[in-house]
Amino acid sequence: MLAFLISAIRLGMTFLFGSTGETITEKSGHLNLGIPGVMCVGASCGCYAEYLYLSEARMNASPILAILIPILATLAGGALMGLIFSFLTVTLRTNQNVTGLALTTFGVGVSDYMITKTGPIYSKGSRYFTTPLPFADDLGVIGDIFFSHGILIYLAIIIALLTSFVLNRTRIGLNLRSVGEDPATADAAGINVSLYRYSATCIGSAIAGLSGLSFIMDYLNGNWEYCIDAIGWLCIALVIFTVWKPNLAIIGSILFGALYIVSSYITGISFATKELFEMLPYIVTIIVLVFTSARDSKNSQPPKSLGLPYFREER
Amino acid sequence: MTNNVAIELKNISKSFGGNMANKNVNLIVNRGEILSILGENGSGKTTLMNMIAGIYFPDEGEIFINGQEVSIRSPKDAFKYGIGMIHQHFKLIDVFSATENIILGLKEKGRYNLKAASMRVKEISDKYGFDIDPMKKIHEMSVSEKQTVEIIKVLYRGADILILDEPTAVLTPQETQKLFAVIRKMKEDGKSIIIITHKLHEVLSLSDKVAVLRKGEYVGTVETANTNEAELTEMMVGKKISLNIERSEPQSCEDRLVVKGLNCINREGKKVLNDISFVARSGEILGIAGIAGSGQRELLEAIAGLQHINDGEILYNNPKTNTCDNLRDKTPLQIRDLGVRLSFVPEDRLGMGLVANMDIVENMMLRSYHKGKSLFLERKAPKDLALHIIEDLEVVTPNENTPVRRLSGGNIQKILVGREIASAPTVLMAAYPVRGLDIGASYTIYNLLNSQKKKGVAVIFVGEDLDVLIELCDRILVIGSGSITGIVDARNTTKEEIGLLMTKTVSNDEKEGE
Repeated sequence: MLAFLISAIRLGMTFLFGSTGETITEKSGHLNLGIPGVMCVGASCGCYAEYLYLSEARMNASPILAILIPILATLAGGALMGLIFSFLTVTLRTNQNVTGLALTTFGVGVSDYMITKTGPIYSKGSRYFTTPLPFADDLGVIGDIFFSHGILIYLAIIIALLTSFVLNRTRIGLNLRSVGEDPATADAAGINVSLYRYSATCIGSAIAGLSGLSFIMDYLNGNWEYCIDAIGWLCIALVIFTVWKPNLAIIGSILFGALYIVSSYITGISFATKELFEMLPYIVTIIVLVFTSARDSKNSQPPKSLGLPYFREER
Repeated sequence: MTNNVAIELKNISKSFGGNMANKNVNLIVNRGEILSILGENGSGKTTLMNMIAGIYFPDEGEIFINGQEVSIRSPKDAFKYGIGMIHQHFKLIDVFSATENIILGLKEKGRYNLKAASMRVKEISDKYGFDIDPMKKIHEMSVSEKQTVEIIKVLYRGADILILDEPTAVLTPQETQKLFAVIRKMKEDGKSIIIITHKLHEVLSLSDKVAVLRKGEYVGTVETANTNEAELTEMMVGKKISLNIERSEPQSCEDRLVVKGLNCINREGKKVLNDISFVARSGEILGIAGIAGSGQRELLEAIAGLQHINDGEILYNNPKTNTCDNLRDKTPLQIRDLGVRLSFVPEDRLGMGLVANMDIVENMMLRSYHKGKSLFLERKAPKDLALHIIEDLEVVTPNENTPVRRLSGGNIQKILVGREIASAPTVLMAAYPVRGLDIGASYTIYNLLNSQKKKGVAVIFVGEDLDVLIELCDRILVIGSGSITGIVDARNTTKEEIGLLMTKTVSNDEKEGE
């Protein structure tokens, strides 16, 4: 049971990066379906940076650098994907859905290439990421559940809380939400719609990239053997499940994590049944979607202009 | 005198593609003065104002603010020069509160503080006599409240020059009076106000000066005190036109449509129609007046079979067979085949009835494709119909294969109404058929409705302009919050009476709710 909970939290926090990143993106009105690809590219960049650093430093690797370098590389990779998405959809006016799906395909390809190129060296790097907080052992069960995780888990929560604060309590958040709700209104109010869309998508993608890194380095302990795009779709589902609220997503992600792995902790079920269990998060999302749209509560709707382009001169 | 000029435009021109939207426009507005801009649709009023507000940039000409030449390249620049525009379509975000909308996009010093902002909003609304709750969400507000938020928004930014684009189009007479009172207060406060409208009596009662535009060209500015409706119309249209609607006495009236105790509950579980009973007679125009969203749309849709009816019946006396049908049991298609036609012009003009990306012929076909017998589309008949409508109603279009979206609003409406009339209906329901149309086009539509009336059609006309309703209709049904608040004889009623009826149930309901 304890192992299940810890595992659920570890996996959940991985989702949390992705959903926070996608929430920021969607709040600007961009529906970035390229998130799975963004994660793949982010993870690839992070892992490759780690590979390069560890090959270079060998035994003298500093733990701080071994964590910091891959994180920075991941952020850069994710942001670059966000930049490509924004450039295509805002500047070149392509369709958001198609562009997003293309980026996903692209990202999966990149990560497949990376796996074969560098092999499973990441297990060396992984131990830096899974080092628990120093005082975890002294706190018994509580310590195991809450403090036994690697650094990325806490980073996920901090980013989610910070995002929630920025969205709801700052002028930037107000402006960003207005861009996602009604870009024409935001534009008339003197807000630079393109700038906000570009920034939100890049920042969101950078954060989403961490999701990939966290999944490989933390949850899989560095054993990157198959592509991770499946969790990307879960992150998008999680955004909907938590009705675009990053603070809710902290709880929601743990629930998703639990649902995703629950089959491994139930003994005596077949492989096929296990696959069915993995569908649970999606089913829960659909149920939530049905409830929120049936209730028609204005506070739990997607941003009104989600997925819609905005060009000022078009009348 | 010169230092009293708030804003001056000199030889402003702007074109879109090959179309001249504004040509050599000159305007002067002093401080503490109200200027009306008058012109038909498509005469370039809104384009001109958008150039002052920074949405468009003029091709030629100069703008002076307080005697200084300025270049307004964005809405931000406009704010900087103290210019605030209240758009015809509100630019508000539904899920935000009034205050959030008001401070949106502002770069104020200090921390982001909603409470302090709300206090300032309250201050401004007290100063000018607005009545608004700063924390109320926009989607819970009435149209007039939303407009108030828009006005406070520009005042909050310290605007000295306010531009209002057709502010009264969506208001009841009482709300209009309230708005005018506020505008006069702002004038006393030394603000300059530019108001776009095509309602002549408003121009005369409110403004100090009137500038007239015609087809993008500047016709001239006159002092309101020295002019009258006839002169202004002539300036606007370029020729004398009669503003009287010829209303004939209804003849050979029969009860065509009898609605009894109609109740409808919409999908959100809200009661949209409450015990509606009335009779529509042939050879008569029945007007429906009410604040937007009081159930007019639902009522027409219920008759057309598009709205689920919870209780009540709609009886249709068929003149061909002399039988009585209950429309409640019929499908929309069957109802249409009986000759009950609905032409609804929604706010965006295209939402219902026409497909924007299809051409005129194809839009004709939407109503007749089920008549086709062969495997392939039959284009001949709809094409003839399209040509017929284009000629009869003077639709301005390159040809019949132009996508509807490229036409101007007035022409789109002519096509919509024309198509429904072409089917020789027995009941014609026209909702807001003149919405946003200029005077000339509006009168074409009124005449169309009148000629249908003479043919013995039962016409149901939902309109916004009470003056027109009173002039055009025979009887007027007033609807408020889904209930009928009165049916009056159009020949012996006043705008004030209808205005009171429009708001009657609304206020009662609010009291019950509290």
